[in-house]
Amino acid sequence: MTGGSTTGDDGSTAPAPETPQKRQPWPLWEVFVRSSRGLSHVHAGSLHAPDAQMAVRNARDLYTRRNEGVSLWVVPASSMITSDPDAKGQFFESPQGKDYRHATYYTKSDGVKHL
Amino acid sequence: MSESNASATRIIPGNALRPEDIAAADLKPSTDIAEYALRLGDDSLLLAQRLGWWISRAPELEEDVALGNIALDLIGHARSFLSYAGHGLDKTEDDLAYFRREPEFRCAHLFVQPNGDFARTIARQLLVSHYQFELYSRLLKSTDPTLAAIAAKAVKEVDYHRDHSSQWVLRLALGTDESRRRMIAGLKLTWPYVEELFVDDQLLDTLGDAAVRPSTLRASFDSLITALLTEAELEVPDVPAAIGGGRSGKHSEHLGYLLAEMQVLAREHPGATW
Repeated sequence: MTGGSTTGDDGSTAPAPETPQKRQPWPLWEVFVRSSRGLSHVHAGSLHAPDAQMAVRNARDLYTRRNEGVSLWVVPASSMITSDPDAKGQFFESPQGKDYRHATYYTKSDGVKHL
Repeated sequence: MSESNASATRIIPGNALRPEDIAAADLKPSTDIAEYALRLGDDSLLLAQRLGWWISRAPELEEDVALGNIALDLIGHARSFLSYAGHGLDKTEDDLAYFRREPEFRCAHLFVQPNGDFARTIARQLLVSHYQFELYSRLLKSTDPTLAAIAAKAVKEVDYHRDHSSQWVLRLALGTDESRRRMIAGLKLTWPYVEELFVDDQLLDTLGDAAVRPSTLRASFDSLITALLTEAELEVPDVPAAIGGGRSGKHSEHLGYLLAEMQVLAREHPGATW
């Protein structure tokens, strides 16, 4: 025993590989959790995993360890198509000022019950 | 949006048997039951201590958390078993974990084997989780209600540990030449400690249907492990069994170092809390 942790890597007989390969990082996955039956899956965060099966397991370990969920989805982050943050104006500002798109804009006609 | 679905991470504590409930309950296990609970508790306690080393050292952050979760599950099982044993021995779980000496521990040798590389840790976890799953599945029917209740909580968690290690065995064995070489080496180093898990001794005769006779678990353990190894294109290592004796306090050089690290804080500052 040569110092350091006493519970660690002190028993491996495996020699180090001669030319350590530079390891590719695992791909990124987006995680969606459904907190209970009847609700929708909600984006909870992301994680790294080597493949889809391990991604679901890592999601279980990272995002449901305080009893947060009853169902999980994982999606490769590279498969998600998102809106462009720089296009906020043309994408999302158009509805502003268009009150008539809300039901509250209109006055109730006489004689309409149960509205 | 209503309050209930405002967050994907809302917290519901859930209902489950907690070690604190066992510690607080008015239980009086016989000395034999307490001895049996020590065996089960010590197995999980020492393996959890081993696994904790991986935090910050696993191949990826996600795997740190996965191994950490498994270690915490095992600590939970250990606390329940040791709290229960403590009722019979007039000790607390902390007395048993931190103030027993090496020959007083009852863990089998497999649980304190070194972590080695990741593949060796996974090999150990594969064997442990399959053994514990078979054990707890049967301990559910124990005539001792507390042992049965602890097993009922533990069996679901151990089922997940089984899945986690199986997934990794498949990936390492069927991955690169290097990962396969390490998986084979890890299994070979770990396999000698399987035999001890399935040895019956006199305590089991005394306990009858309150306990599970380890020898009765061997056939299903072997068939599940063989099936997985076949899928991973691996063979059951052809290595002689190591000498056992852990159940009667005969340990290898590994346990002393592990205990030193685990117990030093509690012994240096008795009664410390945080």
